[in-house]
Amino acid sequence: MTQEKIHSILTSVTDPEVPVLTILDLGIVREIKQENAAIEISITPTYSGCPAMGTIADDICKAFRAEGIENISVKMVLSPAWTTDWLSEEGKKKLSAYGIAPPLDHDADKAALWKGAKLIPCPQCQSTNTKMISMFGSTACKSLHQCNECYETFDYFKCLK
Amino acid sequence: MNHLFQYTIRLADNASILGHRLGELCGHGPILEQDIAMTNVALDLVGQARSFYQYAAEVEGANHTEDDLAYLRDNQDFRNLLLLEQPNGHFGDTIARQFLYDAYSFAFYQGLRKSKDATLAAIAEKAIKEVTYHLRWSSEWVVRLGDGTAESHAKIQAGLNSLWRYTGEMFEMDETDNQMLAQGIGVDLVLVKTAWLAKVNEVFAEATLTLPSDKTWMQKGSKKGIHTEHLGYILAEMQHLQRTYPGCEW
Repeated sequence: MTQEKIHSILTSVTDPEVPVLTILDLGIVREIKQENAAIEISITPTYSGCPAMGTIADDICKAFRAEGIENISVKMVLSPAWTTDWLSEEGKKKLSAYGIAPPLDHDADKAALWKGAKLIPCPQCQSTNTKMISMFGSTACKSLHQCNECYETFDYFKCLK
Repeated sequence: MNHLFQYTIRLADNASILGHRLGELCGHGPILEQDIAMTNVALDLVGQARSFYQYAAEVEGANHTEDDLAYLRDNQDFRNLLLLEQPNGHFGDTIARQFLYDAYSFAFYQGLRKSKDATLAAIAEKAIKEVTYHLRWSSEWVVRLGDGTAESHAKIQAGLNSLWRYTGEMFEMDETDNQMLAQGIGVDLVLVKTAWLAKVNEVFAEATLTLPSDKTWMQKGSKKGIHTEHLGYILAEMQHLQRTYPGCEW
């Protein structure tokens, strides 16, 4: 099987909690091994307790079997630990269009610890006049914010380094 | 004694028992945002516990699964810190317990990420990113409550004073700790204590809180499986399903 074909199958597998992102956008696919007819995909969790990992592993197997590949396995790896740096540029654009603010860069995040909150642009109206409502949100990878201009509440994909 | 198993099971039990305690607050938080915060932290901790239990099962080599270790061991087999099995109390008590542990595990995992044991180092590297965020959350709440109203100040100070007796054993090195440290696998708890105390002092100063007396009598025992009365009640609930329906899966 060609690398292109494998990539195209993996592109059909999405994050069950953020369905606009493919697992390649998310950067959790760490290795693709092919030996004779066997294919092994290594994935890494975004957070230790991410409940989507089991579903994602099942979805990968299903996607390959749908293409007639029976000899498929998924391996979990912890190291190196996932970081939001691995989220693709394409993925960040998709998040924003979906209404979730994508993670900001490292410098912006460092300032947030004990100092002023970072300026997260509202994914609806792009205003940076926003505030954090809660450090934790609907899933482990998000926090909850509100725009002071358009008053929309929105999720922010937390920066993890 | 298999020291690597002992070392790993302690870390697994720490994350598991505190994760369960925070899970008890699901639907009972003081406000929705903090209810979600505590269950998010619980989720991270249960995830870390799974990684440690899986590795402990592998190291033990007794054909146990991660579930066997979490759900089928008894009170005296658990090795979690006494601090972590203490009841949730009011929100100030929960925050006090969380902050004391977050500051500890942050310093501990900083050491463990350099472990010669590749699996423990990998779990620590993953966990420290999550713990960094937990510590930020619990530190901010200690400051908010400590430097808040007279009532919130009094309540969190009382909570910290009453939990302080359980902080002594966090830094006690026993045979397992010494063996693991000598092999470059474990962490030097003397260094952890220095980093922990610096963080506690920094946050207490900002929160206008007083460090409890260094003459506080310290309750110990978790490293030998001697627990406070509270652990049994946690296990009764946590293990109920597996004890009643052994091997149950869904």
